[in-house]
Amino acid sequence: MRIHEFQAKALFAEYGIPVAPSRPAATPDEADAAARALGLPVVLKAQIHAGGRGKGGGIRRIDDPAGVAPAAAEMLGRPLVTPQTGPEGQVVRTLLVERATPIERELYLGMTIDRVRRRVAVMGSRAGGVEIEETAKADPSAIATERVEPAVGLRPFQAFRLARRMGLSGTNARATAKIILALYQLFCEKDCSLAEINPLVIDPTGAPVALDAKMNFDDNALFRRPEIFHLRDIAEEDPLEVEAKSVNLNYIKLDGNVGCLVNGAGLAMATMDLIQLAGARPANFLDVGGGATAEMIAKGFELLIGDPNVRAVFINIFGGILRCDVLARGVVAAARTVDLGVPVIVRLEGTNVEAGREILRGSEIPLRTAGTLEEAAALVAAAIGEGE
Amino acid sequence: MSILVDRATRVVVQGITGTEGRFHTAQMIEYGTRIVAGVTPGKGGESVDGVPVFDSVSEAVASTGANASIIFVPPAFAADAIMEAAEAGVGLVVCLTEGIPTHDMILARRYLDLLSVPLIGPNTPGLITPGACKLGVMAGYIHRPGPIGIVSRSGTLTYEVVHQLSARGIGQSTCVGIGGDPIIGLSFADLLPMFEDDPGTEAIVLIGEIGGSAEEEAAAIIAERIEKPVVAFIAGRTAPPGRRMGHAGAIITGGTGTAAAKIAALRAAGVTVVESPAEIGRRVAETIAAA
Repeated sequence: MRIHEFQAKALFAEYGIPVAPSRPAATPDEADAAARALGLPVVLKAQIHAGGRGKGGGIRRIDDPAGVAPAAAEMLGRPLVTPQTGPEGQVVRTLLVERATPIERELYLGMTIDRVRRRVAVMGSRAGGVEIEETAKADPSAIATERVEPAVGLRPFQAFRLARRMGLSGTNARATAKIILALYQLFCEKDCSLAEINPLVIDPTGAPVALDAKMNFDDNALFRRPEIFHLRDIAEEDPLEVEAKSVNLNYIKLDGNVGCLVNGAGLAMATMDLIQLAGARPANFLDVGGGATAEMIAKGFELLIGDPNVRAVFINIFGGILRCDVLARGVVAAARTVDLGVPVIVRLEGTNVEAGREILRGSEIPLRTAGTLEEAAALVAAAIGEGE
Repeated sequence: MSILVDRATRVVVQGITGTEGRFHTAQMIEYGTRIVAGVTPGKGGESVDGVPVFDSVSEAVASTGANASIIFVPPAFAADAIMEAAEAGVGLVVCLTEGIPTHDMILARRYLDLLSVPLIGPNTPGLITPGACKLGVMAGYIHRPGPIGIVSRSGTLTYEVVHQLSARGIGQSTCVGIGGDPIIGLSFADLLPMFEDDPGTEAIVLIGEIGGSAEEEAAAIIAERIEKPVVAFIAGRTAPPGRRMGHAGAIITGGTGTAAAKIAALRAAGVTVVESPAEIGRRVAETIAAA
């Protein structure tokens, strides 16, 4: 789960990580009041769940008090397009109004989980303010990494060593080491999957300040972090995906023309690949999981049929825990309530497959059934060909 | 012949009194798996399908000589269950639980490494040596004994591949689901040498998917020490980038994680990479006919 910069900075403040004084604002009036309270100059920062905001005009410095409300009015309520949002952009609903911080140097600090070494990796760089991926490509030696032994956690000597390798010395290095340790504590105590401060700036007095804040959290741990779950902003998520999630379906919208409903993530991805090899494009990823009920199947089916780009639907189920008869009942229930309009190809195999096929045959719904994946691929290709 | 589990494997089921644990214990017993004990804290002394239930894994091991554990414990308690099994001295831990917090798994995996206890999973359907021992939730009847070792990150996609093989009369030595989580126990690179050393395995099928670098590590091991033919499929060539893969995580793994990178690494190691999931069975049949 992602959160906004202003939410992450509130967590930073709680953990003693220095941030500039700031206030969130949802209207131009609120932004104006916030700027007056904080003192000019301020920076208006669009709060969306995507990076690269500066490149899209989502970060603006305002020196003149009269300029705050008009600038805020220009930014609020409009989509912001950045290299990470996609072409339609993301609508800005909140601004963070922050007192401008004088910058001496820009550094990078990040933490993530290193899957290969199975531990937390803490990364620092003297090249901040640019995408860390670009630094990694241009000069990998500019990124210093400390790996954390899980049994003992991040040690202070490691934090200080990293600060030194970020180009700091003396009291600056000590102050930054403190920030690194505080961020690590936050990372562990809130079950983070990613934390980034980019840039971590050094101001002219030598003090480090977190100018940006990015935090992602492990969805699997939200059950024990209600205070984090509470920060979820559904407006930032795709409405169809939110609807799917509410009934425990794992759905991702894509831009193809064949909708697919599959049990299991691996088989779902393989089915998308099969659709592509058949000359069509997958309209979505939809994993109904191992424990799907007839209601969940029906809901998933409705999502697919509701996509205007979909010209055919392919249901591919290998029954294990999810039995084929349960799947068949769900498909039949859904097909009776919606106008199909497009060809539906069903391939069932596995547990209770005969009962499932019998239910489909007896339903008198015009389905095209396949016995094997190869047959299914041919039916998908034929269905798309008909629409040409 | 097989790897990891066979007819002699004596199994303790952790979480045996839960709905899933109870159901799959019956299924495993029906398949022929030797389930010797169950564990649910606070329910010691009860029994499930004639299987004695203990309060702790160490008591179960002491009383029954269990040497493998299978875990059906909810996510919040699963990492603890994994560590308990390892501490009790079982030789193999299989954890099926989906949704364990990653930070918990970092600690659990580290603890198992310290005790040198192998883990399968979590978030896996488990593993099966057809006709001998099913330690998981896969439908047993689709498998048949034979010469193909299977290692996979997926659940139902593995069933699909097993089905394609069995339909052609090609059986399996052992099928192992390594699990789909970021932090897992044994990976492809650990299991491939076991199949190489297993006289009952003639060829290996590797089913990977996008994300992480397990397939690239597998390719390195294959190039180094696997002589038996390997057929692979990588799911997710059409998956959109960036949906599941973290931002800073991409730095650590460098250019890896994409299907294209994985396929290239495996091909360079001499692996037969199949493009279509519909053709895996046929390509395996051709491969063993040629070998």
